[in-house]
Amino acid sequence: MDAVTDLKSRLAAVNYVADDTLATALALAIDLKRPLLLEGEAGVGKTEIAKALSTLLETRLIRLQCYEGLDANAAIYEWNYQRQLLAIKASEHEQTSAADIERHIFSETYLLKRPLLQAISEAKPAVLLIDEVDRADEAFEAYLLEILSDFQITIPELGTISAVSVPHVVLTSNGSRDLSDALRRRCLYSYVDYPDPERELAIILSHRPDIEERLAVQISRFVRALRKEDLEKAPGIAETLDWAAALTGLGVSSLDHDPDAVQASLICLLKTEADAAAVTREVTSRLAGEAA
Amino acid sequence: MIASSQTPITRRMAGFIDHLRLNDFAVGPAETRLALDILDRIGPLERAHAQQGLKSLLSARQAEWDKFDDLFEAYWFRRGRERAAAKPVNAHQRATARHPGIWSGHLPAQAASGLASSSGTEDDRDTSGTASGRVVASMAHQLRQTDLRHIADPEELAEAERLAHTLATAIRDRLSRRYAFADTGRKLDFRRTFRANLGHGGEPITLVHKARPDRPVRIVVLVDVSGSMALYSRVFLQFVRGLLSAWIDADAYLVHTKLVPVTDILREPDSLKAMTRLALMADGFGGGTRLGDCLKVFNDRYAKRALNARSVVMILSDGYDTGTPDLLSRELKRLKRRARRLVWLNPMLGWRDYEPVTRAMAAALPLIDHFAAANTLDALAAIEPELARL
Repeated sequence: MDAVTDLKSRLAAVNYVADDTLATALALAIDLKRPLLLEGEAGVGKTEIAKALSTLLETRLIRLQCYEGLDANAAIYEWNYQRQLLAIKASEHEQTSAADIERHIFSETYLLKRPLLQAISEAKPAVLLIDEVDRADEAFEAYLLEILSDFQITIPELGTISAVSVPHVVLTSNGSRDLSDALRRRCLYSYVDYPDPERELAIILSHRPDIEERLAVQISRFVRALRKEDLEKAPGIAETLDWAAALTGLGVSSLDHDPDAVQASLICLLKTEADAAAVTREVTSRLAGEAA
Repeated sequence: MIASSQTPITRRMAGFIDHLRLNDFAVGPAETRLALDILDRIGPLERAHAQQGLKSLLSARQAEWDKFDDLFEAYWFRRGRERAAAKPVNAHQRATARHPGIWSGHLPAQAASGLASSSGTEDDRDTSGTASGRVVASMAHQLRQTDLRHIADPEELAEAERLAHTLATAIRDRLSRRYAFADTGRKLDFRRTFRANLGHGGEPITLVHKARPDRPVRIVVLVDVSGSMALYSRVFLQFVRGLLSAWIDADAYLVHTKLVPVTDILREPDSLKAMTRLALMADGFGGGTRLGDCLKVFNDRYAKRALNARSVVMILSDGYDTGTPDLLSRELKRLKRRARRLVWLNPMLGWRDYEPVTRAMAAALPLIDHFAAANTLDALAAIEPELARL
């Protein structure tokens, strides 16, 4: 399908290297106007997809970061209570009837739009990123379900607001809680895995054009091997990029030349004490030898 | 643009959806329609893209995602062989196909009928028993103090299992009977309401509610089902079934040579069905317990989802581990970092003159918050305070 290849090259133009599977899912999500649910380990670039998509489509990125206890007020809309009170106070000396005041203070001027309402009231379809949806609780999932199926929001005082445009919705999940089947069925699904060495190489080269290709190849192989080690927290793509930057900064041209610098720079990749202790100099030199 | 239901491709696609459903995918007619739509957009000749497109439409979780390619391959490209493999086996046939060895005591007809008839009364007991907390009748007193390995009669065993279940439901109810202040509760909190409305001259304008608080604990249970533990595990699993209800966050895993998550099975309302499925799973392994390895798998794969700062981890095992004590102790340490309390139930602790000297037990002992016997039903009941307190 041309659309997929086309989308892939357009994503590459905005520095996102996608594989075929992801590009297909993304193309379908845009085509069918369905939300796309992305699952995978932390650091495989789930959130970046939404950012790349918004750059690519030249539209706004609206991000809703989920957390435990996230409720409709923070996610959909809220009445600007203080402003309403002020309006009532101000109109006390005028001869307005109670009904008029009520109509006035429950108008759109006093409505605070939160991400979900904002996303459906954009003139040009926005990219709505609902990040780490597994962190929000089940009640919120139910709201989300309603909005994602009808793209309209009912505000009791104001009536139903339908979508001006249907946003491109991207949901991400780290699997800290199992999502409901209902939500999963609403979405297209893609499991994002750590990239293979070729793709990781392409990512490094696209983000750090100044790096020597030989070093980049070594980095991608080294990180690949490191992920297979028994680590508590495997390094993600962002860590790889950090490390690539650190190595260029330290003037390392090949992983097997300067073991001290390489070992010191591993702090970019290893984020827990146990992992740092597990990857000793011997392990590093073995992995570096394999990668070189 | 969508092909009508008469065309061969529509029928084939419906067959594919059916094929997926047999493999535990949650897909229905709506998906069939969308799948045809996707095929229409991509074009059926673009095989790789069509496969990827259908994959992202039809799978909804990682397990399905991993399985999809094989199923796709099997259905569309190797028709004859795989169709035979995917033939539906009805649930009854599957259940009665094999009567596994160690659990077979569970399956005879009289035990089965004992369980089935008791399951009807359990619900009544639940509701009437909430006020008194513990609901075990005195008739059962003798049974409660008998070491479970001495129970041989299948009917007595079924009775013991029923008691274990009832005990657990009683504990569950005790855990959250208290009401606490809440924004949207079902009951009014009068004291707070009066206080809040003093400013309105006592007119109850602001209402303050209360509700039962969030589940105080999350329980994760790892049950050793090796041969040496078989008798205890069965009764204990009934106990775990009682804990696993919509009310409380709980997860259960079987520990053997492999770790098997069984939460879903234990949630099965029909006691006999649940235990039969468990029996089939427990029978699938051989050899001794590899506790350290199992804990490692748990820590790597499930701990992030299953544990939080309010978790109590219960391990039921006799500590006869074929792995190295180092591994066990390291994995227990990792477990401890995520969980609040670690409770180890060792049925042998209830025996006279037993000392926890197995290497695994010795390695684990310093890390355990509460080490208790679980050889009688009374002993099981005694862990309740450990669950209620963090």
